[in-house]
Amino acid sequence: MKHLKIDNLHVSIGDREILRGLSLDLPTGQVHAIMGPNGSGKSTLAKVIAGHPDYTVTSGDILFDGESILVMEPDARARQGIFLAFQYPSEIPGVTIANFLRAALQARLPEGEELEATEYYAKLYEKMDLLEMPRNFTSRAVNEGFSGGEKKRCEILQMAMLQPTFALLDETDSGLDIDALKIVSHGVNSLRGPETGMLVITHYQRLLNYIVPDFVHVMINGRIVESGTKELALKLEAEGYDWATEPEAEAVGA
Amino acid sequence: MSNTQTQLDIDREKGNFRYDVDYEFDAGTGLNEKTIDYICDVKGEPDWIRQFRKDALKKFLEKPMPTHWASHDLENIIFDKIRYYLSQGGQKPKKTWDEVPEDVKRTFERLGIPEQERKFLAGVEAQFDSEAAYSNIKEAVGKQGVIFMGSTDALKERPEIFRKWFGKVIPTGDNKFSALNSAAFSGGSFIYVPPGVKVSHPLQAYFRINAENFGQFERTLIIADEGAEVTYMEGCTAPKFDTATLHSAVVELVALKGAKIQYITVQNWSNNVFNLVTKRGLAMEDAEVKWIDCNIGSRLTMKYPGVVMKGRRARGEVISIALAGDGQHQDTGAKMVHAADETTSNIVSKSISVGTGRATYRGLVNIPRHLKGCKNNTECDALLINTSSRTDTYPAITVRGTGNACQHEASVSQVSSEQIFYMQQRGLTEAQAMSLSVNGFVNDLVRQFPMEYSVELKRLIDLEMEGSVG
Repeated sequence: MKHLKIDNLHVSIGDREILRGLSLDLPTGQVHAIMGPNGSGKSTLAKVIAGHPDYTVTSGDILFDGESILVMEPDARARQGIFLAFQYPSEIPGVTIANFLRAALQARLPEGEELEATEYYAKLYEKMDLLEMPRNFTSRAVNEGFSGGEKKRCEILQMAMLQPTFALLDETDSGLDIDALKIVSHGVNSLRGPETGMLVITHYQRLLNYIVPDFVHVMINGRIVESGTKELALKLEAEGYDWATEPEAEAVGA
Repeated sequence: MSNTQTQLDIDREKGNFRYDVDYEFDAGTGLNEKTIDYICDVKGEPDWIRQFRKDALKKFLEKPMPTHWASHDLENIIFDKIRYYLSQGGQKPKKTWDEVPEDVKRTFERLGIPEQERKFLAGVEAQFDSEAAYSNIKEAVGKQGVIFMGSTDALKERPEIFRKWFGKVIPTGDNKFSALNSAAFSGGSFIYVPPGVKVSHPLQAYFRINAENFGQFERTLIIADEGAEVTYMEGCTAPKFDTATLHSAVVELVALKGAKIQYITVQNWSNNVFNLVTKRGLAMEDAEVKWIDCNIGSRLTMKYPGVVMKGRRARGEVISIALAGDGQHQDTGAKMVHAADETTSNIVSKSISVGTGRATYRGLVNIPRHLKGCKNNTECDALLINTSSRTDTYPAITVRGTGNACQHEASVSQVSSEQIFYMQQRGLTEAQAMSLSVNGFVNDLVRQFPMEYSVELKRLIDLEMEGSVG
């Protein structure tokens, strides 16, 4: 079992502090959900773990199996096994999905070793079938002119191909209709297993009906204020975030 | 950007070497009537060429530098310090590599020319400084009546075809550098493809500058007779010197009725070379002239391949890729002159500016009032890599009359930091991400290059991008 451990993490962008002492332990084999209102810092957490250069870690640590990854470049973290399914994936004009994924897999091989093309395509087609993607999808440029649903499916396809140790899913349900949500969730669930830990970030409980988490954390103002099992998500659905916001306001006032 | 400099040198490595060569003929520095007499005597040229050259010299001296619109870097060319003719003698180029003198042959072997010839070419001419060292055409192609020889030989051996078209597409006085070329020209290819003959494999010329303080002035004339088809490719390299080197070619294409000419250039001069080239094609009825032009090297390139569509339904096309690295200026573009009804032209230009590199697009499209059914499409896209990178676009489009159509699209984009982060998150290093983005940007154009060139092009872009980050 491996652990992704967030230890009392403080993060700023410019002068503004967004994460204020956040701690979390995500072991492989578990799915944790993070829920919270807009602006609570959920997406920041995902990007900071992935190493986005806009954010500054002012204190605390992120440990991958006991080793700090804070000094590592984003690409080194990715090759170590951290995957971020983006809320807003970037377009890469002119670069096909097949070529992009091939480059990403090639980057994980030792120098001088070449990716085996036949095996690669066999795996790619298998994962595309899983996500109900037509074959001609591979020759489209990454995210260029994609619908919201296609973008999210493409993110999960990449996750399936790269087989990360820890996957961070940032608002993967946003912009999806119910059919697309089912397909994407099916894809994510098929990747669950003892070798993978997942952090599912969402604003709504809806996604958690399909990707059932082992634990749910409520995030308010850059901190986890409540943790529990999946029933906590249902409570949030019924009562909103207000009950959780109150103690936070006191804490800030104190 | 000190990192960039070393990386750029690695990029140039393929052409950046030099073996010592003994030159039997050297016209010395500077250009005057004596220089021209020397060149004519060495080459044993007829009097009409001697006169043609001397008239051209006058025009060259009369014409001002075009710095009122072009880069002032042109003022750094010291014409008196340049050597205008250098050769080893034995003017007739060899037909087998075994006959090519060892000191010259090893240069071309290192550049992989004989190997490429065996693999996929119908004929090769290899020019070393002023003269071709090697020129050969596959027997089967020669039997079809295709002529492929150096321009010096052509003007002596095939004057009836050569003289008819020489200097007709690009007159001597077209610009200062076409005049310079007309005065000092040496080397280059002459190709004639008889009616209906379609040359299935490309003919290739490779231009090598080996000497310092030297000017290379090759002259190429390609004639595709009625219904003929031919593809010509040229490559070029030079070792890097501290002093400026000048390359100023003139290339004239003539596509007669229903003929097709495709002319492909991969320019990879070292970045001390001033590359000032005039290229123009004439397309008669139903004929097609297509320029595929890729500029990666040189210090300053000024080149605007053109097509004059003189016959009904003639087509002209320019596909252009320019990569301006640190300290380079790629000033490229296209000229489309519509001179008959229902003529169509297409320009697609993509440029990438890296570091302090500057890419300039200049396009001229002219459709006069009296014509009907003419169309032009122009797309020009620029990609800026660093904040110090620069791009400019100067389109000059004149479309008159009611029955003609023109479409122009231009864009400037940057590889965004979000895009790079996204790619890094998938495990690519920053340089790999940059390189993939740039390759994606030019991907649709690179696909139009023959396989062997597109692989080379991709490799050059990768190497260039490695130095652009960090």
